[in-house]
Amino acid sequence: MSEKKREICTIVSQESIGAGIYSMWIQTDKIAADAKPGQFVSLYTNDRSKILPRPISLCEIDRENGRLHLVYRVTGEGTGTDEFSRLKAGDTIPVLGPLGNGFSVEKAEGKNVFLMGGGIGVPPILELAKQMKCEKKQIVAGYRDCHTFLREEFEAAGILYIATEDGSVGTKGNVMDAIRENGLNADIIYACGPTPMLRAIKNYAEENGIECYISLEERMACGIGACLACVCKSKEKDAHSNVHNKRICKDGPVFLSTEVEI
Amino acid sequence: MDMRVNIAGVEWKNPVTVASGTFGSGAEFADYVDINKLGAVTTKGVANVPWAGNPTPRVAEVYGGMMNAIGLQNPGIDLFCERDIPFLKQYDTKIIVNVCGHAPEEYLAVVERLADQPIDMMEINISCPNVNAGFLAFGQDAHHVEELTAQIKKIAKQPVIMKLTPNVTDITEIAKGAEAGGADAVSLINTLTGMKIDINRKTFALANKTGGVSGPIVKPIAVRMVYQVAQAVNIPIIGMGGISCAEDAIEFILAGASAVSVGTANFHNPAVTLEVVDGIEAYMKKNGFESVKDMVGIVK
Repeated sequence: MSEKKREICTIVSQESIGAGIYSMWIQTDKIAADAKPGQFVSLYTNDRSKILPRPISLCEIDRENGRLHLVYRVTGEGTGTDEFSRLKAGDTIPVLGPLGNGFSVEKAEGKNVFLMGGGIGVPPILELAKQMKCEKKQIVAGYRDCHTFLREEFEAAGILYIATEDGSVGTKGNVMDAIRENGLNADIIYACGPTPMLRAIKNYAEENGIECYISLEERMACGIGACLACVCKSKEKDAHSNVHNKRICKDGPVFLSTEVEI
Repeated sequence: MDMRVNIAGVEWKNPVTVASGTFGSGAEFADYVDINKLGAVTTKGVANVPWAGNPTPRVAEVYGGMMNAIGLQNPGIDLFCERDIPFLKQYDTKIIVNVCGHAPEEYLAVVERLADQPIDMMEINISCPNVNAGFLAFGQDAHHVEELTAQIKKIAKQPVIMKLTPNVTDITEIAKGAEAGGADAVSLINTLTGMKIDINRKTFALANKTGGVSGPIVKPIAVRMVYQVAQAVNIPIIGMGGISCAEDAIEFILAGASAVSVGTANFHNPAVTLEVVDGIEAYMKKNGFESVKDMVGIVK
């Protein structure tokens, strides 16, 4: 009955790929085999003063070799993510997952697609882009500055449009500015990024009647749907409490944009 | 090795349960924990009607622990009886239903509804710091606790555990109030009220401003309170507050707890409860205890 557990995973590689952005591959026993784009894993620190898991989204899934690619931002000195960034090949880390629902890749079949990522919401778009079979794959990535991490991987996966806050690469502004500047359109949208960006995309999709899936984030504790910390307001009653509060970690993190209020 | 404990006439196979709110009603944890191996499952608090809880952020990490202000989001007693109790009945463990409310009538409505349900015990939450309806005052006043306990005992068909708040001057007074009202057991401690400021956002880390502090950081306070209450009352104590491993659990038992609840540690390792059960057994073997009962409160 209780077949899932925390896996102790081995770090395969770790490198810095931008200001405070780290790229880590981990070797898993079972997690990679079950994982879908848009899902996440909980990573646990070895520092016993930090008890909560850190939810990190999946950037790439290498099923064949049982490996996961995690790209994450270090949130400050002495933080859990700072500890993760110091792990070297051969070190180990407890990991729980895969968690959450993930993106429905199939819905894009035959369609003209926007894959939109902003900031540390860019990485989870990569595996989605790699797995997606669609008519036109338009990837719109928003960065702070010229540290356009994962750029080559995205260029290999589809047509890439970049927006930077400082205007150093691509469109100056955010992902919505990049859409307007390039005169792009789509039948379906997949997005991950900070809440203001998702709010703008949700509004754009609703104004234009476009099917849109957004990946939300919120402070989490358990990561498995038990503690009810990471809820969002939902149109439908949630299955757990019947009160219009869907759990981001369990019912999400990916939601149909018209289903949630953000 | 006799791991069994008897709490108010209910025999648990071992002294380990989970702290209310950290384990849902078991369903989310069943993938990670063999629930048959727990002495009891204590459910998330349930009220007479569904509660939506507080705005987010509802949790924040603090050094050695966390804070929460979930606000007792729950599906209400009807859906709970229909779905959660039958789920738990599949397992060979005791079921403790945690009951919450804003006012005595609300608690009583739930207790009444539970009368014909196949549960083993109920735990009355008179101590959640995160619901702004003034009912925490119950848990902070010995006379109110006695009165509410007596009202509940009048209609309850299962043994009643009163869950105590540590946010009081003298927890033994509250425990004595519960005992005087007829409580079959007490459980302690609930979370300690705290606050965290997010200096980057320049506001409170939790939308509720304050929240309940839990985790390893509260353990010494919890052990002290369990010890004090053990000297003050004659009903069994379920001890909790920062238990993360068997050694922590044993501290509570030696201080006077007949059973223990693992709470926040479930978020760090979903299977931690089983490690606690095994670790208690290993300690007993090493230290020559034949029964858990022989360890309870031996440190005076």
